[in-house]
Amino acid sequence: MTISQRILDLPLVRRSDALRTFVVATWLGWQIESNWADPFLFAVYSIVRPLAGVLILVVMYAVITASAFEDPTFAYIYVGNALYILVGMVITGVSWAIIDDREHYRVAKNIFTAPLNGYTYLFGRGVARLIIGSVSVLITLGFGIFFFGLPIRLSAIDWPLLLVSSVLGLTALACLGLIMGAWTLTMARHFWSVGDAVAGAMYLFSGAIFPLSVLPVWLRWIGFLLPVTYWLEAMRRALLGDEVASFDTLAFLSNQALVAILAGFAVVLFVVSAYFYRWALHTSKEKGLLDMESGY
Amino acid sequence: MPSMPETPAIVTENLGRIYKIRGPKRKDDPKEVIALEGVNLSIPRGQVFGLLGPNGAGKTTLIKILTTLLLPSSGRALVDGLDVAVHTQEIRRRIAMVSGGETSGYGLLTVEENLWMFARFYGLDSKVARQRIDEMIHVVGLDEKRRTKISDLSTGLRQKMNFIRGFVSDPDVVFLDEPTLGLDVAAARQVRDYVLTWMRQHPDRTLLLTTHYMAEADEMCDRLGIIDKGKLLALDTPSNLKRRLAKETVYSLKVAPLGNRPVDRADMIEGVSGVRQATVVEQDGLTELNLILDEDDALSGVLDHLHRRGSALLALEKRVPTLEDVFVDLVGRGLDVDTSQRADDQAAEGSA
Repeated sequence: MTISQRILDLPLVRRSDALRTFVVATWLGWQIESNWADPFLFAVYSIVRPLAGVLILVVMYAVITASAFEDPTFAYIYVGNALYILVGMVITGVSWAIIDDREHYRVAKNIFTAPLNGYTYLFGRGVARLIIGSVSVLITLGFGIFFFGLPIRLSAIDWPLLLVSSVLGLTALACLGLIMGAWTLTMARHFWSVGDAVAGAMYLFSGAIFPLSVLPVWLRWIGFLLPVTYWLEAMRRALLGDEVASFDTLAFLSNQALVAILAGFAVVLFVVSAYFYRWALHTSKEKGLLDMESGY
Repeated sequence: MPSMPETPAIVTENLGRIYKIRGPKRKDDPKEVIALEGVNLSIPRGQVFGLLGPNGAGKTTLIKILTTLLLPSSGRALVDGLDVAVHTQEIRRRIAMVSGGETSGYGLLTVEENLWMFARFYGLDSKVARQRIDEMIHVVGLDEKRRTKISDLSTGLRQKMNFIRGFVSDPDVVFLDEPTLGLDVAAARQVRDYVLTWMRQHPDRTLLLTTHYMAEADEMCDRLGIIDKGKLLALDTPSNLKRRLAKETVYSLKVAPLGNRPVDRADMIEGVSGVRQATVVEQDGLTELNLILDEDDALSGVLDHLHRRGSALLALEKRVPTLEDVFVDLVGRGLDVDTSQRADDQAAEGSA
């Protein structure tokens, strides 16, 4: 609590509803995400779960290709899957915060009658999942490098591209998560599946497990409309370098163009999510759903 | 937006709320349920205002609107002179809400952490927050549990913690929705004492309380509103409300058994000439009848009626009207008791 207390006592943070809410919600999110089990179990969960997910695909790949781990396709699949952990964590994280507060902890009425900034509250609650997801991604990538010879070399990583695309991509993802969370606010039922459904659908169309060129032309357009597609491409280029050149679906875009598209998505989604949140909050209050407990 | 001292703490003008409830099939047209209808209310600062009503009367809906959780369907509501539909954030800085029987709270946080977190959401700085939490934890007797995770607390202790959460931000207007629900007698007493002391120490603050307990309302409230089916039926001080029944007479009768249920409603006890209201409580094999009569002369008709039904009269008492009697007179049934018709139904089921 000490670090968050110090941050909260900074004059800028103390005077701003948005910043203060964000810091407290981040602290709360961390407590919730990390405190449910003892540290050992938590570590096992954080490591084993993502590894198990990616190993399923590795085994399938090994069976089909007779363990052709040196083929660029393997790096494409492995990195895409490792990074996709973050997509699920961030997008579902925000909508889960709403469900948790309403149904599990039953504090929605206390939260929404407090003078906090609901938008940054949800962002803050998502941060813990982002941190845990990032650790999972690093562990999964490290595992791939060590055991399967994933061609990622620290000296060859395009760090500026990695950093910029990470910030822009994660901003876009967080805004998508916020839209899902806001949508959850307006629902009385079936809200459990919103984040998972969207993350699952994007898994298929964003080039996480196969290049978009595998899809029929008309289906590729779904992928072209998703920020995740460009984020995964930019991250792969930053991490794998020339390896990605083997897949030509987005080869016509330069790195700068990718970053520009990601920036566009981040800005548009930020604005849309802010307005959508306001609309959803109003609708929820109109329908009487803000503090609803369905008992599902 | 500073509030003016003369502005009432709470005002509602023709306030209405309709819920649209959809059936199990999507094609079903939503059914409209009127939760509040034309509620006009003005609560001055410094008052403990009680809202009495049976379940589903609209008490919680009214509190939800006033605490910015719900939008009204018609009319408007002002808290501290601010419109709940417009100045949401400003109102939230000035209010707090505690609901009774709450099992809410982040179970993985300790009592202190939960309170600290909410204090920070309300913008309190760390030092002030800690100081207030320390004081209030001591006052409500949670010292030993301050570092206990709230998932390990009993319902009563958790309710005490929620009570502190409501007051830690030092709000101008507090909404207490059934604050003593689920508490044992001693804990409920402690809560009532705390509220009354707090109001004495902060005479400019306002408290809106809903309760099922008539004695609690009588003891705590400066003014009461009686609400049923979304409509405000009466609004006055407890003593003035009781004075409404000054011309009528109130009797309590103990009988055993109540007897067979008459087929026609006109043959029930409410059908006896001069009986304004009747409630029935079954307890320990006895039936207690609480009657509001237009005049004493009606009592002979009541006794004749009981005799015809085969009831044996065990005790009869003429008593001073209570708030419960006022409530029954206005609403037609008690808060926690069955109506005589329901008791008759039960008697019929029992004899079948």
